[in-house]
Amino acid sequence: MATVQQPIIIDGRPLKEQLARAERRKKYVAFAMVLPLLLFILITFAIPIGSMLFRSVDNPRMITLAPQLTAELSEWDGQDMPPEEVFEAAVKDFKLAAEAGTLGRIATRVNYSMAGARSLIVKSKRKFKNVTEGPYREVMIKADKRWGELDTWKTLKKVSVPYTPVYFLNAIDRDLDGDGNIVKQPSEKRIYVKLFVRTLWIALLVTVLTLILGYPIAYLISTQPPRISNLLIIMVLLPFWTSLLVRTTSWIVLLQTQGVLNDLMVWMGVISDDGRIQMIYNLQGTLIAMTQILLPFMVLPMYSVMKTIPLSELRASQSLGANPFITFFRIFLPRSIPGIGAGGLLVFVVSVGYYITPALVGGAKGQMISNQIAFHMKSSLNWGLAAALGTILLVGVLVLYWLYDKVVGIDKMKLG
Amino acid sequence: MDKSAREAYVSFNNVQKSYDGVNLVVKDLKLDVQRGEFMTMLGPSGSGKTTCLMMLAGFETATSGDIILDGDAINDVPPWKRDIGIVFQNYALFPHMTVQENLAYPMQVRKVSKSDIEDRVKKALGMVQLDGFAGRRPGQLSGGQQQRVAVARALVFEPKLVLMDEPLGALDRQLREQMQYEIKHIHENLGVTVVYVTHDQAEALTMSNRVCVFDDGVVQQVAAPNILYEQPDNAFVAQFIGENNTFLATVKEKNGDQCVAQVDTGETLTALAINIGQSETKTTLSLRPERVTINPNAGEFKNVVSGKVKELIYLGDHIRTRLELCGQDNFIVKVQNAARHSHLLEGETVQVGWHIEDCRALDAL
Ligand SMILES: Nc1ncnc2c1ncn2[C@@H]1O[C@H](COP(=O)(O)OP(=O)(O)OP(=O)(O)O)[C@@H](O)[C@H]1O
Ligand SMILES: [Mg+2]
Repeated sequence: MATVQQPIIIDGRPLKEQLARAERRKKYVAFAMVLPLLLFILITFAIPIGSMLFRSVDNPRMITLAPQLTAELSEWDGQDMPPEEVFEAAVKDFKLAAEAGTLGRIATRVNYSMAGARSLIVKSKRKFKNVTEGPYREVMIKADKRWGELDTWKTLKKVSVPYTPVYFLNAIDRDLDGDGNIVKQPSEKRIYVKLFVRTLWIALLVTVLTLILGYPIAYLISTQPPRISNLLIIMVLLPFWTSLLVRTTSWIVLLQTQGVLNDLMVWMGVISDDGRIQMIYNLQGTLIAMTQILLPFMVLPMYSVMKTIPLSELRASQSLGANPFITFFRIFLPRSIPGIGAGGLLVFVVSVGYYITPALVGGAKGQMISNQIAFHMKSSLNWGLAAALGTILLVGVLVLYWLYDKVVGIDKMKLG
Repeated sequence: MDKSAREAYVSFNNVQKSYDGVNLVVKDLKLDVQRGEFMTMLGPSGSGKTTCLMMLAGFETATSGDIILDGDAINDVPPWKRDIGIVFQNYALFPHMTVQENLAYPMQVRKVSKSDIEDRVKKALGMVQLDGFAGRRPGQLSGGQQQRVAVARALVFEPKLVLMDEPLGALDRQLREQMQYEIKHIHENLGVTVVYVTHDQAEALTMSNRVCVFDDGVVQQVAAPNILYEQPDNAFVAQFIGENNTFLATVKEKNGDQCVAQVDTGETLTALAINIGQSETKTTLSLRPERVTINPNAGEFKNVVSGKVKELIYLGDHIRTRLELCGQDNFIVKVQNAARHSHLLEGETVQVGWHIEDCRALDAL
């Protein structure tokens, strides 16, 4: 006969409840311990990333700077020429903005989506100055006949929505036409897809190069007694101790056409004085410098994995009849894969977002997507596009991470 | 050492080994192992056992001297061509392979046909009672099971010789004893030659045909377990194997195979002269605790002295009795807990006696 188990009661309370109370205290303590870090990460990481993601679709400028116009445009269906109220709102908002000194920002925003819009708006500003009453439509068309074109108003409506996919579309060389269809950018403006591909390609090349160069070093270090291996580790880490800028500059000194390496080769007669090789300010320069800088990121995780492969396993393999070659491929290499994975992922992810080195030694051909992001952040001030490019980069890296997890398994990764 | 006409299967000929060029870790090692023998190297930590094994396996080179396997000097043969199976202390199974793959590995590298491999893996798993575990990875096995896989892997390719370096060191006592018997039975069934390393003397005595006792890189004695226990050649072996009572004494006279020695408190004792110098030199008299009789009949023994009971420890089947006699306050006697055993009291003075043949005069420690 089955008996129903009675809950155990201690001091008049069920055991379960008491256990939960005891555990809760522990949880609070644990939470309190991570709280400072949590706040720090929230403020310095989560919020900025979130705001960046948001900025890539956010479109507040027209709404705040030209509120009447935005409101009227949203009423308009966008099929035929807009009604008089839209023209009126446009003139009034532009006048107000001109007084407040914000018209330039409106012009810039419209200009992202329509070439020439900036000069159109700035030019019209003067002509609207003295207009106080309608019909506004005629006033505007008289000021510039482009105000009479449907496309102009469609563009205005497009840039006046609160949330826009345009930044993302621009980031993949697409745009919205006046009717809201996704179209390709004109060919001279199609640069980002090519740049993304190049960025991935450079990151892949750097990963492969650091792997090829780093694997033997990691192996060597892992087989040395601690005294020597510590020394070798310090040498691997040595680049970290000098400023990135100094190192990059030294590459310039070394690699430029009039640089040390070319001089040396000319002096030795390997190349003629006219045949100096361009090794920097191009893709090659970016590759050389990044490989050198990122090598430690590859070596350290691989070393930390290789170090844990016991000598006895390799000896066991040999005693079982496998020569060192077979032993390497069947035992050592498979055992070191978690290190290769960790190092590879690390180098790849870091190189995908690399900025300063390509900027300094990359020339035109060695630029990466981050350089464009920086350009839009600092020079063109198109933060929406910068945010969209950054978001795509972030998502791309996450996808890669997910793929890695599917193929190799994250739990196999060992970072130290 | 047994210099019989039988040719040795494995032999170390005057092998020396130094790691640093200053100290010899193995000194002038001469050791023969017969075909099919279970030879154990026994010695305290750091005595050079692993070093010897690694020289045999080919992972360390002998600084001088020859190592012979089956008639050939193998000094210059690389490990993967020596055909020697090894069981490592930490098992050294390949964690990224299944049990099946681990066992198949030595045959795969020897290019054995697939069906043969399967048969032999199956048989090997049966031998260590692990049928049905072929698909598991080492990480999914208990320590004892991993141990069995390691043993199976070292045997599955029918090597000329199997080396085991403290293979049971990581197991708990009960499992260790069980595995001792299993390995012993596997050895008996297969007739394979085994060189086994341990620092556990009970393990060495249980499993081996012969035991080679090592100390400080020097072989102290090579003999069958019972000889080693009953007839140790020197004071180190007597101390190291089993429990032992010793007296430091001075040789007074030597009569054939016997001698008379005087302990520092004045008593004279007669013992077998095994390993002593001239008169007036020091000697260690060695006597097993179970060979001592308390309150013997008059005239039963030549050696009778009186001692004082210091401590009694009840151990069930026997009573461990600590006495003070001849200036030695740690003289142990095992009194059987039999029907008519003598009931002793602490502080009591008793007579103890022993046969001359049970007391061996050895080198002074
Ligand atoms: N690779 C090495 N380099 C230098 N010295 C070593 C090396 N391996 C062992 N030794 C030294 O050689 C001596 C013998 O070592 P070995 O490992 O053979 O001892 P062992 O008898 O196996 O001891 P244990 O029972 O502790 O395993 C020790 O003093 C040890 O310090
Ligand atoms: Mg050892």
